[in-house]
Amino acid sequence: MTVTEAELTEHFEATIESNDRVEPRDWMPEAYRKTLIRQIAQHAHSEIIGMQPEGAWISRAPSLRRKAILLAKVQDEAGHGLYLYSAAETLGTSRRELTDKLLAGTQKYSSIFNYPTPSYADVGTIGWLVDGAAICNQVPLCRTSFGPYGRAMIRICKEESFHQRQGYELLMTMMRGTDEQREMVQESVNRFWWPALMMFGPPDDASPNTAQSMAWGIKRNTNDELRQKFVDMTVPQAKALGVTLPDPDLRWNSERQAHDFGQPDWDEFWAVVKGDGPCNAQRLEHCRKAHEDGAWVREAAAAFALEESR
Amino acid sequence: MSEWPLYEVFVRSKRGLNHVHVGSLHAPDDKLALMHARDVYTRRNEGVSIWVVKASQITASSPDEKDPLFAPSGDKVYRHPTFYDIPEHVPHL
Repeated sequence: MTVTEAELTEHFEATIESNDRVEPRDWMPEAYRKTLIRQIAQHAHSEIIGMQPEGAWISRAPSLRRKAILLAKVQDEAGHGLYLYSAAETLGTSRRELTDKLLAGTQKYSSIFNYPTPSYADVGTIGWLVDGAAICNQVPLCRTSFGPYGRAMIRICKEESFHQRQGYELLMTMMRGTDEQREMVQESVNRFWWPALMMFGPPDDASPNTAQSMAWGIKRNTNDELRQKFVDMTVPQAKALGVTLPDPDLRWNSERQAHDFGQPDWDEFWAVVKGDGPCNAQRLEHCRKAHEDGAWVREAAAAFALEESR
Repeated sequence: MSEWPLYEVFVRSKRGLNHVHVGSLHAPDDKLALMHARDVYTRRNEGVSIWVVKASQITASSPDEKDPLFAPSGDKVYRHPTFYDIPEHVPHL
């Protein structure tokens, strides 16, 4: 007796309904598989491209301590990319296919990494705000409906805590320094605040995929819910740090028991997503060059393995 | 009589969790290894999925290498969040 697609669908939906996890060998609707591959790949690519803005400061870090920390952090991002690519591969795609799509520009990565890092304070701001926003996004993803993705997120979240704390500590140190250093921190926060809010994606009414992703248990919260949570968590941290978040509309709303805040420039967001951000071309070009420059290492490793097996 | 090969057995106790190594067994082939694993290791609903793999197919680090292999991560205390002093009054960090 063959099982009909209707029965398979029913079984899949029952798994989702009971809040159980879908595992790689389970039957799943093609659209669920495709959505997951797209989301996990985009997430993995973000980790890989995300090494660049901070990586630029490794050779110029102001002390050996800061350099070691930054190296460790960028190394973590590479590891996170690997966990996520591995999770994507359980869905029947391959690492090579995903890399090709990243380099061809047909799969996206988070728009935040298309902003430049002209100041050393940006290393701290990225840890505090960008990794802080990433944590807000990622904590609920530990409960995502696809098992391998959730397990990758659990490992990643454990490691992100170091990233955020080192960033905040770096900024605290600069805030205890000279006026010039304090200005550097404020200037950096001014540049990164809005792009960090954009990391949660477009507003709910402009996010057509959210409803389906939530019905499938891939996403657990809407973009606007997570953005609100991030703002509410960040405001007291900004106050403790002594910086101003550059939003004139930001204020506590005691009725809602949450902060009201302004909207990012969504036209800018869409322009960056579509490739017109300040660093889109540079990021992809760098990634392509690194990939090509590394070809001899891959070839040498394969040749060595072949030789050893003889 | 030549002995059946040794298989290592991994069981996923619940959807969402990793397969965990539970033990090993001998079997003449992959298929029977899976059946035996079910019979031996999941008699009381311990699992929802089983992996078996020939022990000879596993590449493992050796206990003698433990120090040189893992020492490099020992002195990198800055990889841990607790390395950073954040005042108590700063929330959610």
